[in-house]
Amino acid sequence: MSEYKKPIPKVNEMTKGHWDGCKNHELRIQRCSCCETYCHPPQPMCAKCNSTAMEWHPVEGKGTVYSYIICRNTSVGEFPARGFTYPYATVMIELDGVEGVRIASNLVDCELEDIKIGMPVSVVFEKINDDITLPKFRPL
Amino acid sequence: MKQMRDKCAIAGIGQTEYLVNSGRDSFSLALEAITNAVEDAGINVKDIDGILKYSVDSSSSVEMIAANLGLPNVTYWGETFFGGGSGCSAVTQAVMAVASGMANCVVVYRSFTPYDFMQGAVHNSTTLWARASGSGDFLRPFGWTAMMDVFSMMTQRHMHEYGTTNAQLGAIAVAARKHAAMNPNAIRRDPLTLEDYYDSPFTTEPLRELDSAISPCDGAAAVIVTSAERARDLKQTPAYIRACAQVLGIPKTTLWWEQLPFKFDFPETQSAYVAPRLFEMADMTPQDIDVAQIYDCYTYTLLTQLEDYGFCKKGEGGAFVENGRIELGGELPVNTHGGHLSEAYIHGFNHIVEGVRQVRGTSTAQVQDAETVLVTGGVPAPTAALILRK
Ligand SMILES: [Zn+2]
Repeated sequence: MSEYKKPIPKVNEMTKGHWDGCKNHELRIQRCSCCETYCHPPQPMCAKCNSTAMEWHPVEGKGTVYSYIICRNTSVGEFPARGFTYPYATVMIELDGVEGVRIASNLVDCELEDIKIGMPVSVVFEKINDDITLPKFRPL
Repeated sequence: MKQMRDKCAIAGIGQTEYLVNSGRDSFSLALEAITNAVEDAGINVKDIDGILKYSVDSSSSVEMIAANLGLPNVTYWGETFFGGGSGCSAVTQAVMAVASGMANCVVVYRSFTPYDFMQGAVHNSTTLWARASGSGDFLRPFGWTAMMDVFSMMTQRHMHEYGTTNAQLGAIAVAARKHAAMNPNAIRRDPLTLEDYYDSPFTTEPLRELDSAISPCDGAAAVIVTSAERARDLKQTPAYIRACAQVLGIPKTTLWWEQLPFKFDFPETQSAYVAPRLFEMADMTPQDIDVAQIYDCYTYTLLTQLEDYGFCKKGEGGAFVENGRIELGGELPVNTHGGHLSEAYIHGFNHIVEGVRQVRGTSTAQVQDAETVLVTGGVPAPTAALILRK
């Protein structure tokens, strides 16, 4: 296996539940155990009812492309994306059944010119190393 | 907030040269802009009793500014963060200080260098939002590197929902350059056509290099805020602060960069929440505005704010900017200094300075008989806006 050069997420107390889920091929989104409001990225307090009883809730992992960008060049005044070969696409997926939750990802098995807003996608898991598996999405 | 209407004025403006890779440090830039503003106002520097810094980084602290200016009696100071949105917020704090009597003569400044803004954040990661929260870890593994990515995502969605076109974004870049060509302080003054815009490469599609603010660049700008009475006795035509308003976050779009990419939505950017408060305080409507200085880190940022401040309906920003409507001589001239796209990227503070010039009648792209000017901060982020009047 060649060396993986892209950024690898650092896991902390707040985010561990999500990354643990991915390792087990389960997409988990943080949810308030009091009012069942979902939250992503995770935070310590539910912004709706102010409970701190946050839990990790498995979701189906289906959704649609909410928006996407095609990174063709390093942005003005910024650094290149480490490990990525330009051009590449970053997508924002709106997850079904998880109101208001969007997750950043990449599409697999999809050419750049075939990406469309609204296209249905489903999660797949890409193992990076023993600790980290990333959620990616494949067009349905 | 109506009790603060017209109570204060901007009595002095100052700036440095706007440069690229000058190697100058933000502290000396800040001192230069401040002393220029003091001279412009015709006050004694020792009269300054309030200091407000607008920042996103660690540059040029208020204590060091006071120490270098030798200010004996600073009774109010503060700092507004969230580079981009909060230049007008810093001015708003100054208005509150003066209106409440905490201070009488407040200097407000922003000093901007790429080191402080970009490299200064490197120890966190390549960009600002990847801080300790872990939110950046939900972005960077997927190739997210830059501020521009957020704006491109929003632009793509705006195009999808409302049919906004690249040509409409290009019209914003062309208008900014026309105004910059008249402004000797602008960094980008070469003529720009829509064809040139199309030839400019995409960086993060759908946005191009020419959709972006000039970055990196160096410079500082400062204003002197004092009471309306005092301003009338000073050297310059006062730019009365008719209204000021700000908002930190809103239900959907939430706060700063860490969360923003996940939550942007239409039609609610923070500007849509600032606008009603601002116009109510001013007792005005968008139709009363003669010229607008609208934050333009990207062309899209300007477009969406035209909608959010009520110059057109949501989704009609693209059509609004066509046919020279935002150029000098058009229905609503916007960014008569050239904006971030063509004058310089000073986090909206050069927009405040230009707003004052329009009120005074001294802009290099002066709108005839301009009496009311809207100045806005960036979105989506904590943001603020001012209405200045003659
Ligand atoms: Zn809750």
